[in-house]
Amino acid sequence: MKKFIALGLCLVTIVSTLTGCGSSGKYPNGKVYVYNWGEYIDPATIEMFEEETGIQVIYDEYETNETMYPKVEAGASNYDVVCPSDYMIQKMVDNDMLAELNWDNLPNATANIGASYYEQSRAFDPENKYSVPYCWGTVGILYNTTMVEEPVTSWSILWDEKYADSILMQDSVRDLFMVALKELGYSMNSTDEAELQEAKELLIAQKPLVQAYVVDQVRDKMIGNEAALGVIYSGEAIYTQRENPNLAYVIPEEGTNMWIDSWVILKDAENKENAEKFIDFMCRPDIALLNFEYITYSTPNDAARELIEDEDIRNSTIAFPDLSQYDNLETFSYLGEEADTLYNELWKEIKSYTSY
Amino acid sequence: MNKKMLSLPYLFWCVAFIIIPLIMVFYYGLTDKTGAFTLENIAAIATPEHSKALWFSLLLSLISTVICLLLAYPLAMILSKMQVNQHSFIVLIFILPMWMNFLLRTIAWQTLLEKSGVINTLLDFLHLPALEIINTPYAIVLGMVYNFLPFMVLPIYNSLTKIDNNVINAARDLGADSFKTFTRIILPLSLPGVISGITMVFVPALTTFVISTLLGGSKILLIGNVIEQEFTVTNNWHLGSGLSIVLMIFIIVNMVLSLVFDKEGEGNAL
Repeated sequence: MKKFIALGLCLVTIVSTLTGCGSSGKYPNGKVYVYNWGEYIDPATIEMFEEETGIQVIYDEYETNETMYPKVEAGASNYDVVCPSDYMIQKMVDNDMLAELNWDNLPNATANIGASYYEQSRAFDPENKYSVPYCWGTVGILYNTTMVEEPVTSWSILWDEKYADSILMQDSVRDLFMVALKELGYSMNSTDEAELQEAKELLIAQKPLVQAYVVDQVRDKMIGNEAALGVIYSGEAIYTQRENPNLAYVIPEEGTNMWIDSWVILKDAENKENAEKFIDFMCRPDIALLNFEYITYSTPNDAARELIEDEDIRNSTIAFPDLSQYDNLETFSYLGEEADTLYNELWKEIKSYTSY
Repeated sequence: MNKKMLSLPYLFWCVAFIIIPLIMVFYYGLTDKTGAFTLENIAAIATPEHSKALWFSLLLSLISTVICLLLAYPLAMILSKMQVNQHSFIVLIFILPMWMNFLLRTIAWQTLLEKSGVINTLLDFLHLPALEIINTPYAIVLGMVYNFLPFMVLPIYNSLTKIDNNVINAARDLGADSFKTFTRIILPLSLPGVISGITMVFVPALTTFVISTLLGGSKILLIGNVIEQEFTVTNNWHLGSGLSIVLMIFIIVNMVLSLVFDKEGEGNAL
């Protein structure tokens, strides 16, 4: 008898947890499926959106553009809104995966996002038909001033044997090759096999010095004083400095990646109108400000930037660098399937290399 | 008729989640992007990167299995000799960590092993040399042993408790000393448990990619990582499936071995 009671209790808990989130009465206006980068939004803004519009947000996260693409392409998950980076948007446009936006439904996006960001977006979305900029920034070196005494100006410090086992590199193929290609003075959009082989050799030579290849963990490891130098996205730099004042961020003199992550709507989205409402909501100055303060990635939303109270951050050269200073910043472009395969093969060779 | 009806849900499960996915793996593995038949994806195991990853995976999972066996057998013997109320408590303690998510446990090891992690802070405080195994194969083996040890202990423990005490007493009566009793009676009778324990440690260790990513700092490429990358990053499902088929051969060899020895199905005891 006792066993039956226990079994009954188990069933009750399982059933009640399942039904708890299935109530549709709370969201009269349907759903929107959002697929975004990990830790790339203030969760409070999602709740605000649900409350104001009565649209339920089903929210998933990914770690790199490359892991996002196959899932979206397979179409199994029915996402409506995705937030890929520049070159990935170009690839999705090329493969006819994106829906044209109806700008009439996006008043906040037209009013608040700075014109210069739409201009930059033309590198991958020539007619500004598909994408609304959400975040932008650079990639640079984050270093711990207590462990690195010399001034950091160049990517070449990542090959300095003094810092063996204290270097963190990005665990994603294009970001990794960008560092080596820039160090060699080539374009980070290179498809020349000789140049890429040279970059591969350079990265293999670096591998014994590298502590780990990581993505989001660069942040926590740098804060925890685990490593002296790490390749990191500028948006993470402000957050890490808040947590550990010994950290400094620098854009190397050889130039770097200047990227934009933008909202796009998938062609076969079932909730296109809700998706546009979601994107427009994210462009509202107060919402963009909440997101900026939460994720600390540079916002292209000029109206939101005006609202930043802390003057140091509003004028921070990390969050909002004076781009006219640099003439060698590039934005990734999609290189085509053949070059993709070559990059991936070379990457596998780097990862498979061991010195023992 | 009635009994057949009862097996229907299992049959459905079997077809939907085992047979159909297997057919898909074979379909993708034996075709190229245009859908034409090819053996290229399977032959791809011969490339230096892939064969190195496979060899390394076999080596690490073999080492982990041996360590698990050496740790688990004495533990299972001690457990099986305890009184009933005591041993169930110890077994509970042993299973307790498994209630926590596997990923969290592995990430916890990362925090423990880091350069400025818990273990090294403690060693530093005691003026002992630092333990520098994070992001090396040693940390991966540690992670495998830690995560899969219960799967070795439980089958061995089960087969040991099933041994009739009278058989052991008879051996002693007939003049066998405790060493001989162990080698001639206990070990052969517990062999089915050992074999299923080996399978249950070796197979997940061979295919893991999470442990090598988290504890190896993505610097060590195991065959599981290669396959995972083909599916999630490179988007080449054909190659990923082809390599999975190769990996399956190793798993099937292991399974056949365990079927031959494990006639009583100790592996089902979990």
